[in-house]
Amino acid sequence: MPLNILCCVKRVPMTGGRMVLTADEQAIETRHLGFTISPHEECGVEEAVRIVEGHGGSSTVLTLGPPEAEEQLRDAMALGIDRAILLQSDGELDGQGTAAAILEAIEAERAAGTEYDLIFFGNESADAGNYQVGIRVAHALGRPCVTGLKAIAVDDGALRCEQEVPGGRDVYRVPLPAVVTVKEGLNLPRYPSVPGRMRAKRKPLERRPVAAAAAGVEKVRLAVPADQGKQAQILGRGPEAAPAVVDVLRSAGVL
Amino acid sequence: MAVLVLVEHAGGAADDVSQQAATLARGYAEAAGQPLEAVLFGPDAAGAAKGLGALGVTAAHVAVHERLTAFAPQAWGRAIAELVETHSPAAVIAPGSERATEAMAHAAAFADLALAANCIVATPGDAAEVTRLRWGGSLLEHARVHGRTKLLTVAPHAVEAVPASAPSQAVVSEFTPHLEDADLVVQVVERTQTDTGGGVSLADARVVVSGGRGTGSAEGFAPVEALAAALGGAVGCSRAVTIAGWRPHTDQVGQTGTKIAPEIYIPCGISGATQHMAGCKGAKRILAINTDAEAPIVANADYAVIGDLHEVLPAITAEIQKARGG
Repeated sequence: MPLNILCCVKRVPMTGGRMVLTADEQAIETRHLGFTISPHEECGVEEAVRIVEGHGGSSTVLTLGPPEAEEQLRDAMALGIDRAILLQSDGELDGQGTAAAILEAIEAERAAGTEYDLIFFGNESADAGNYQVGIRVAHALGRPCVTGLKAIAVDDGALRCEQEVPGGRDVYRVPLPAVVTVKEGLNLPRYPSVPGRMRAKRKPLERRPVAAAAAGVEKVRLAVPADQGKQAQILGRGPEAAPAVVDVLRSAGVL
Repeated sequence: MAVLVLVEHAGGAADDVSQQAATLARGYAEAAGQPLEAVLFGPDAAGAAKGLGALGVTAAHVAVHERLTAFAPQAWGRAIAELVETHSPAAVIAPGSERATEAMAHAAAFADLALAANCIVATPGDAAEVTRLRWGGSLLEHARVHGRTKLLTVAPHAVEAVPASAPSQAVVSEFTPHLEDADLVVQVVERTQTDTGGGVSLADARVVVSGGRGTGSAEGFAPVEALAAALGGAVGCSRAVTIAGWRPHTDQVGQTGTKIAPEIYIPCGISGATQHMAGCKGAKRILAINTDAEAPIVANADYAVIGDLHEVLPAITAEIQKARGG
């Protein structure tokens, strides 16, 4: 059965070192940072491409973000997604606002004749970590939502989903259409090929403006947590440090 | 009006993260001048509910339903939203576990309320003032939460669980939520056990030895595995390693991997990006092994050995065997 898949992603900065904030404390200073798709959603993109490769159908990637988020949409299309929707917003929306904007786009798609059988979200975005957007959209659409997935199999109009829990995996079976939220580890995303990148430049990308709404969770300001003030005790250099390491292991009670 | 805390339980008692959430919720309730009440799920919840007086809970609402036999997130959300409707609590506060978070997001959707995830501080008010975690705890957000009932989850292991100074008697009552068929479509149908090959799991290990890009290859993990085996610990790795395909994602320590809490964590050849540190904040001690004394991992460690893991690790493993063989 061919599936029409929507994959929602978020553009986030590639942070690595200690975070630095903008002067107004409303955002991370990103002047010297690159951007990427939030890790969980990268796996959602890969899974959407694999399902369409295996079962037929088509795939759309959607993001809510600044105009520059086109970069992440092109990245997703370079991996094999067919088309993109960019919901352009100047500011950051909270979980409710994000879900409402995505829902509006899905309804506009429906009015234009496009119905999605399966909608992917990340379990939570890497930056805001609101843990709710996919579930809110599923509610508004009246569809089941399974979260935090590490394995998905499409089987005869239904999904077999696996979630990692302590000691094992919980299995869910849900009928399509459905909404899923996924986690990194679901698959190992492929690298985009050069022809894939070339094709991505020509794939259709539609922009829609999104107006900021009053936030239920209203950001006041961001703060970098105080340093733990650790100053590592250097036990030594090279193999000669081994006896000192054994002393530390003994004092930790693990020897 | 009351403040409600969602309590998850195992073996007849509230679990760790629920006790932490109850502690934060008690402070919130006291500041708001309201009683602390609890909501629990499952036919075996009554025992755990009775014990909640020690945490300051005065009333416990236990949701029971003949069709609610296994975890069903939307059904939990429906029940919580029903309590919001019937009891108009000032806030519902839940632990930031996967399940409780998921149930709260459903409750938020049903009740059309805001939800602030992973709070570490919360003060009641017309708008509640919260501090919550972003980036897995690498960044904090001060926010105002609006709405007639505030929905919050509490970041796991960020708040210490403290019993109430004046314990109360928790009055336990059962209620049957009005579930619809759609609420039970997503319900666990099967549980599979993960084979850890007789070893300890990463999340539970007392010792974790991790390798990063510095291992150089999948084969480069041999000395990491040897040290972990000598200490009866688990092997971990950084995200760079899983992306390179050298280790499975189940070995990944970090914000989007496993969160660990060992007695000692030994990251080898790992630079220590914030996303990695977000996964090992729970470690009691960190002993970094790295060629670069300026690497962030060294600044965030308690102890460090400056050197190549391929030379240092075999020497440590040999020293352990010598110490044991005595």
